[in-house]
Amino acid sequence: MEIVNNQNGRRGFLKKTTALAALTVAAPVLIKAGEHDEQVAAFFEQIPLQIEVNGVAHQLSVEPRVTLLDLLREQLQLMGTKKGCDHGQCGACTVHVDGKRINACLSLAVMNEGKKITTIEGLAKGDALHPMQEAFIKHDGFQCGYCTPGQIMSAICCVKEGHANTADEIREYMSGNICRCGAYPNIVDAIQEVKKGGQPL
Amino acid sequence: MINFEYIRSSTAQAAIAAAIKNTNTAFIAGGTNLVDLMKKGVTAPQRLIDINNLPLKTITEQGNTISIGALTHNSDVAENTLIQTKLPLLAMALSAGASPQLRNMATVGGNMLQRTRCSYFYDTTMPCNKRQTDSGCGAAEGYNRMHALFGSSTSCVAVHPSDMCVALAALNATVHVAGIKAEKKIPFADFHRLPGNTPQVDTNLQPGELITSVSIPINAFTHHYYLKIRDRASYAFALVSVAVALQLSGNTIQKASIAMGGVAHKPWRLTAVEAYLVGKHISTEVFAAAGQLAMQGATPLAHNSFKIKLGSAAVQEALEKATS
Repeated sequence: MEIVNNQNGRRGFLKKTTALAALTVAAPVLIKAGEHDEQVAAFFEQIPLQIEVNGVAHQLSVEPRVTLLDLLREQLQLMGTKKGCDHGQCGACTVHVDGKRINACLSLAVMNEGKKITTIEGLAKGDALHPMQEAFIKHDGFQCGYCTPGQIMSAICCVKEGHANTADEIREYMSGNICRCGAYPNIVDAIQEVKKGGQPL
Repeated sequence: MINFEYIRSSTAQAAIAAAIKNTNTAFIAGGTNLVDLMKKGVTAPQRLIDINNLPLKTITEQGNTISIGALTHNSDVAENTLIQTKLPLLAMALSAGASPQLRNMATVGGNMLQRTRCSYFYDTTMPCNKRQTDSGCGAAEGYNRMHALFGSSTSCVAVHPSDMCVALAALNATVHVAGIKAEKKIPFADFHRLPGNTPQVDTNLQPGELITSVSIPINAFTHHYYLKIRDRASYAFALVSVAVALQLSGNTIQKASIAMGGVAHKPWRLTAVEAYLVGKHISTEVFAAAGQLAMQGATPLAHNSFKIKLGSAAVQEALEKATS
């Protein structure tokens, strides 16, 4: 298993500027915390984080407030997982953590120590797309495409959880993924085809 | 989000000890409500204690009760065979809440501790006594369509949004709590608070206290239903919801336990309706009368009086669905 230590270059610069921004924004808190030196240190502490993403083990260092979504997009450059509402309401950020679908925007990265994350980038095997990706293409399960990574990640779990038995059940168990283009009928068709196909997901 | 000190604990005692060292501390489990509130700047703990490694994730049958660990995910409870068999009302209510992704993150303890809230609580540009003491209630004079019919005060008219808690209220659950000195048990009816003039306090948990489990007596209810009425078909808070558990002997109601969501600052038990139903034969007329009785004493605001008719109809429909 590859160990990636992604601690240099552009990210390092971004981190420094983030710390400066935090100094400006969080000044009242810092003044209060300044009464106790160890608390000031805590505010800027980077927590070590071991996490496996799409089969690659990473040894990272993150601020506690970084969400799993921001870690994926900004530190690991995995832009496939989208930031829609950033409040757990739209499902664009859906990823799998140890095989379960969650909203990456509401999970702090540090809470995923030792976990295995799968994102949309981790589905295809080389040029061979995942059956759910194939089905979304075949049934035209998207228009603008922004919600699609989250829809596909959620759809895989919908089938695996055993909640894709009827169109109504699919609609209920896909309710955490919003599509503003309204591709819902085609998404339901794609999921039903994968369910009927019975391929290993 | 304002940064914070992060501590990962592996035992309840270590977590509690870390919590009492700093007053501005929060435990974090699923984080689905807390992280959201921190992003919005509604709350800003200086210290977060991650309790996800605590061994509180089991569902067990112990004598005549079922015990659910506080860190069990909502989805795992809803899909659990023991829960589906012996506490189907709880499984039904859980499946009606939030989205599949959120149910995979949210825990039983966290669900209980999600804030009683409304959109004015979330909007930091608006007054809210719950968010900022004595700043006023934006909802009282504002848009209060989603708000409370019962038990509210001039300081707060928000409702508790949980579905799970409505079922736990109907099922007479007990909340098990660990503290720095001793463990204690809180009857579910006494766990959440009405706002009074301290709307910032949602529950009767004391600082440093940690929910370890919830226990539910195995019951003799023969019929149940959880009805949730919302603005869209799925994934929305309830306008009103009704958890019904009945014990029937033939067509006669021997015992009834009913709670409502979306109508008060806490899950709202309908004790008068329960008393009315005992000894009655099931019929449309009886259920309609129960629905009318359920809304007696409601104090509507400018925009939520529709909930009175809706609430009566929902209670009637839940009773009909439970017995059909």
